[in-house]
Amino acid sequence: MVSKVPAFADAESEVEVPSAAAVISVQGLVHRYENRTALNGVSFDVRPAELFGMLGPNGSGKTTLFRILSTLMIPTAGRAVVMGYDAAQDPAHVRRQIGVVFQAQSVDPKLTAYENLWHQGHLYRLRGPALKQRVGEILTRVGLADRAKERLETFSGGMQRRIELAKGLLHRPGVLLLDEPTTGLDPGARRDLWQYLQMLRDEEHVSVLVTTHLMEEAERCDRLAILNEGNLVALGTPMELKSEIGGDVILLDAAHDAGSLAEHIRARFHVETTVLENQVRIEREEGHRFITDVVEAFPGEIQAVSVSKPALEDVFIHRTGHKFWSESQEEAQSNSAAKRR
Amino acid sequence: MATQSTALARPGTPASAGLLLPAFTLWWREIVRFYRQTTRVIGVLASPLVFWLVIGSGFGTSFRSGGGPGQQHYLDYFYPGAMIMIVLFTSIFTMMSVIEDRKEGFLLSVLVAPVPRSAIVLGKVLGGTTLSAIQGLIFLIFAPFAGVHLAPVQVLLLAVVVFLVSFALTALGFAIAWPMDSSQAFHGIVNLFLIPLWLVSGAMFPLTGASKWIQVIMRLNPLTYGVAALRGLMYPGAETSFPLSSAIATLLLFSLVMFGLALLMANRRSRSSPI
Repeated sequence: MVSKVPAFADAESEVEVPSAAAVISVQGLVHRYENRTALNGVSFDVRPAELFGMLGPNGSGKTTLFRILSTLMIPTAGRAVVMGYDAAQDPAHVRRQIGVVFQAQSVDPKLTAYENLWHQGHLYRLRGPALKQRVGEILTRVGLADRAKERLETFSGGMQRRIELAKGLLHRPGVLLLDEPTTGLDPGARRDLWQYLQMLRDEEHVSVLVTTHLMEEAERCDRLAILNEGNLVALGTPMELKSEIGGDVILLDAAHDAGSLAEHIRARFHVETTVLENQVRIEREEGHRFITDVVEAFPGEIQAVSVSKPALEDVFIHRTGHKFWSESQEEAQSNSAAKRR
Repeated sequence: MATQSTALARPGTPASAGLLLPAFTLWWREIVRFYRQTTRVIGVLASPLVFWLVIGSGFGTSFRSGGGPGQQHYLDYFYPGAMIMIVLFTSIFTMMSVIEDRKEGFLLSVLVAPVPRSAIVLGKVLGGTTLSAIQGLIFLIFAPFAGVHLAPVQVLLLAVVVFLVSFALTALGFAIAWPMDSSQAFHGIVNLFLIPLWLVSGAMFPLTGASKWIQVIMRLNPLTYGVAALRGLMYPGAETSFPLSSAIATLLLFSLVMFGLALLMANRRSRSSPI
């Protein structure tokens, strides 16, 4: 074993990088529930050793897509191919290739950390001394070797997550699927988890597909699929996606009516505007010059102004014409924030 | 594929490893979980004893005057029925773990593993069977107080009967629990069907004294054969409606049918829900 490797690194697994063929290929995937279309013809590829993100608000279809990829549901139409095997036709082969980390807790709190992984290993036909050694290895890598003999009910949320991750990686899958893995974690534990995912990609060439509804997590992905109401609205690296927005993003808080303000700005400056609740949103180069013109042109109409470099949320608004979080969701969030105060 | 070679799972392992190893590990988990929840252990052991003593003592005098089971004291008559009740409750309620596993996400992690559904059914059902058979046999400690004195052969035959009844009921519990998402609904089914089934199994009153239509139900009820087999083994002199061999054969058939039902439920693959 190589010394001087970070705690998580596994020197043994010098994996050959597979050829450029897609590790996951989603082709025209459609899924309908009884009265609702969750996926409406989604296609994309995940490349080898890539950290791929599926970003979307709740109800965008990303959980449905996740379930199809992890062989738990059969799509209404289209194909999901994982490592060359069709998830609907050949689930047994796909299951051998993937490690899955669910949003819900799948570890058993009544079992110790060691027992949880020992049990998991058996499901993947690992056994005996080889399994024992592998469990020891993976516990060391997630930094919990010293707590191997303690029951999981005594672990913190972040530590339980690390065991979840260890479960998913125990059998050395080529593809790791994670559904909102940082739910319920504090910022420190979140950062750790993402660093670990990046390390997996870099050092073991594991392809990682992760769903998230958090912009700052999506920023860390190599490539992103943005989903909205069952449709793929954007696909590319975070940089690519953001660069398609011309220049800066300007937000104007309307003093009275955002709709009429937007109309007046459009007429006067010949720019595209989007109305978001009481705000007018404009994409434009040299934003700082533009706002002085606008504020001078409409005195008293504008309450506040902001100029920023485009973020992923702007990509979402650009493509869908509405905010990532709907008004009611945002209200609920600010309400709970207000209550805390 | 290049990456496959790194997986520790070897494709060349014998087929039995694909079924037995996962089944073993699920069985093991079921046992460990049970004995780590002390209240569950106490509840399962104490409640039938209380039930047996209270009901048995309460009915005791009225029953003897009714002339039912001959000279037998009702506590003695009721003893095999109480044992079947332990087995019934333990078997059925261990399979509530299927609902809990589904709620928590544990089941999902098993379903995405390369494990045949039959291994999942076998492991969980054998786990529940082991628990309830052990609980049932532990109840034999009270046998001397019920006037039961057993030779080793009888104990062995008793164990076979208890195992078969446990297995069949656990498999039934699995089949009921698999599609459910709440333990309340599960309780509902148990109260509606399974407790009445136990009541008309000869556990509380003998077949011969009942009205015609109850007798028909009793004969169709698989639990009747369990109670009859136990009673025949415990009280060799007592009159039973069936010979031991046919009772055991019936229980074996019941077990196979229930296991088949559990397999059928678990093998459904759904388009709309993540089963």
